[in-house]
Amino acid sequence: MIDKRLTNKLALGMLWGAALLTVAVLGALLLYVFINGIKVISPEFIFTWPQGVNAEGGIWPTIVSTIYVTALAMLISTPIAVLAAVYLAEYARQGKTVSSIRFAADSLASVPSIVMGLFGFALFVEAMGLNLSMASAALALSLLMLPIIMRATEEAIRAVPKYMRWGSYGLGATKWQTVSKIVLPAAAPRIVTGIVLAAGRAVGETAVVLYTMGQAVNMPITPLDSGRPMTVHLYLLAVEGINLPAAFGTALLLIALILGFNLSARWILKHYRKV
Amino acid sequence: MSEPTEGHSTGTLQLVSRSTYVKETLLKSLFFACAFVFVLAVALIFVFVGWKAWPIVTDYGLGKFITGTVWSSSTEEFGILPLIVGSFIVTLGALALGTPLAVGTAVFLSDVASPRVRSFVRPAVELLAGVPSVVYGFFGIILLRSLVAQFSGTLGFGAFTAWVVLAIMIVPTIAALSEDALRSIPEGIREASYAMGATQWQTIYKVVVPAAKIGIIDAIILGMGRAIGETMAVLMVVGNAPVFPNSPFAPLSTMTTQIVMDMPYAVGLHRTALFAMAAMLFIFSMLLVATVRLLSRLRD
Amino acid sequence: MNVSLGSQGLGTHGPTKIHVDKLNFWYGDFNALTNISVDISSKATTAFIGPSGCGKSTFLRCINRMNDLIPGTRVEGKMTIDGADIYGAGVDPVDLRRRVGMIFQQPNPFPQSIYDNVAYGPRLQGVRKKADLDSIVEDSLKRANLWKEVKDILGKNGLALSGGQQQRLCIARVLAVQPEVLLMDEPCSAIDPTSVQKIEDLMAELKDTVTIVIVTHNMQQAARVSDYTAFFLQEVAGEPAVMVEFGRTNELFTSPTDKRTEDYITGRFG
Repeated sequence: MIDKRLTNKLALGMLWGAALLTVAVLGALLLYVFINGIKVISPEFIFTWPQGVNAEGGIWPTIVSTIYVTALAMLISTPIAVLAAVYLAEYARQGKTVSSIRFAADSLASVPSIVMGLFGFALFVEAMGLNLSMASAALALSLLMLPIIMRATEEAIRAVPKYMRWGSYGLGATKWQTVSKIVLPAAAPRIVTGIVLAAGRAVGETAVVLYTMGQAVNMPITPLDSGRPMTVHLYLLAVEGINLPAAFGTALLLIALILGFNLSARWILKHYRKV
Repeated sequence: MSEPTEGHSTGTLQLVSRSTYVKETLLKSLFFACAFVFVLAVALIFVFVGWKAWPIVTDYGLGKFITGTVWSSSTEEFGILPLIVGSFIVTLGALALGTPLAVGTAVFLSDVASPRVRSFVRPAVELLAGVPSVVYGFFGIILLRSLVAQFSGTLGFGAFTAWVVLAIMIVPTIAALSEDALRSIPEGIREASYAMGATQWQTIYKVVVPAAKIGIIDAIILGMGRAIGETMAVLMVVGNAPVFPNSPFAPLSTMTTQIVMDMPYAVGLHRTALFAMAAMLFIFSMLLVATVRLLSRLRD
Repeated sequence: MNVSLGSQGLGTHGPTKIHVDKLNFWYGDFNALTNISVDISSKATTAFIGPSGCGKSTFLRCINRMNDLIPGTRVEGKMTIDGADIYGAGVDPVDLRRRVGMIFQQPNPFPQSIYDNVAYGPRLQGVRKKADLDSIVEDSLKRANLWKEVKDILGKNGLALSGGQQQRLCIARVLAVQPEVLLMDEPCSAIDPTSVQKIEDLMAELKDTVTIVIVTHNMQQAARVSDYTAFFLQEVAGEPAVMVEFGRTNELFTSPTDKRTEDYITGRFG
């Protein structure tokens, strides 16, 4: 008969171990990238173009491509997702329609990125004739961002207390006046957090942009221009294995960008909570 | 206005004006249209991918496609069984490695960690969920592969390396969702267990975890969905050989990686086959979503 | 026992403002209020008293159709304001709510500045000029007995005020749209006694221009502020609530006609 206190101690120890292992492994990964990547980071690396076969030089056009396409995707997805959330939270009645919308949103969130990439290729690049471009990639990315923003917005709207809405209705406001002047402003911090997190996801996407934006290094100006985002650049550098320092630098910047997004999202939530 | 004034006192009440009615109806329709975009998007994905994939049924044969064991574009043989098997090997291995670690971390966060420790670990887990897959793949191909090569005597590409990389990737997802499920179990249940003389561990595995069972299973299913759909990280370490592997250290291929490998040069029936795999992946992910929704309904 | 007591409303105050005839209210299948009939006089304060959960607030919310916002509710019977049926076909509840204002139990200022809170209603009506808004804000805050305390901090967030100040801010907010009727749903139950005093004072001043209906579980307050009182009761849980008695406040409190009223007033049940 094993003493139950001994089992308890052992089990708790293992749980500590699990958590520490998780944090350690992931921390080690970040540290590894950081140590090897920081040597490469310089203004030159950030702001110049890759030169030659070995991609010597910098990664500036990839940084621009990443930011450009993410911003475009945010512009496309935010209004649709926010208004969809307004519909679900304020207007819709529970029933088959709402169920199918939610199922669609969950499905969209779980689409494997390679499938989204091929779909984007079939629809935006070929069928709609947009070719490999910021536009095609942004449209495909926005489909991934839609469920993230919608979920965050819906939760944010539901978190606004009923009493506050009733105060507005009681003064003779219409539903839209109440939603636009009281509910959405109160929900804004959480909504912005959702948008920022969705943007972080978009920045990290590879397969989707590979098939909708291509991989030619280019400085995009118009939405119909193509380019190469940082993720694809990292992938190519890693697989070719010729310029590992540049790969580490790219990985580091990529992680920094995404962590920057995620940390801002947290900060916004903490500091702008009005409700 | 310095005197208190009397409120307007008209005898009749205002009726809803036509313009207001029209405006409110238009707004509601606009919002509905936005919500419907989601349904439209899913339908479009279905239609487009399905349409591009359909010839595999008519020109090749669905049975031959799914059960065929040879994938060779040069001989126009597109049997995807090795790829299906590859996907499952990679996914299940990753789940086997990652789930205990993830659920253990989740239990730690919900029931063992002090608030101070939790305030450090939980955000760390969430932030790490945001690291892109290509970075994990990079880590795998640069560091992990050579380690595996050293102790296995092979090149280091294969299921094992993929398991490790994928497991690390899905741990944050499963851990965060499981912890949410565990935290939603009311304190009272734990207190009742302690009151009967149970230790913390006994309470955890006899009471808390079973109570959160469905939420944890949801988390694992979502982790599975992420693993099966994962492309880049697996691509960089799996070896890309569309065959049945004979050891954990032999190269293999999954549905997702094969698509990425072949897409640049695939034409005709070959490309159709790739789209057909994409269609299968899509259907499978929707099945997972439906399962999770069904389970959640059972819980309620 | 369903009693129709319309005739007792008229008297030294204004003519009937709100006329209710056999009003029934349903939450889904549950008949919450049954056959309520009463005439509420203008330029007077009417109090609804009764044990908690007996439908007073529900009935109050019928007057400005706030119950419409709760899904599954249904009203039968007649309720008119100045003779017009507020549940008539095509009536705009939004306009009704401007004319019939409401103060809630929990003060609910918007997370905006004090100025913007009070200016919210007028802005909805289309008032744009700063000078106009300034004077409306000042006037409303004065009527709500709050101007002196906040005139130098109009830009401060409304939520930064104390509970009693927040409630007076809500009153100012409602007064800014110049309602004819003011519905108050237990407005003093969550705030400190000094503020209660200030609110009761302003109610007395408002009475000449606004018809006030107040739900309160505090009988002393009802006796202090109201001209007429209605006693509501839900005798058995699960049964609909009824209005047992209605009359002039001092008569109802000193010599109630119904024994149930007497039992409640003397504290035999709560």
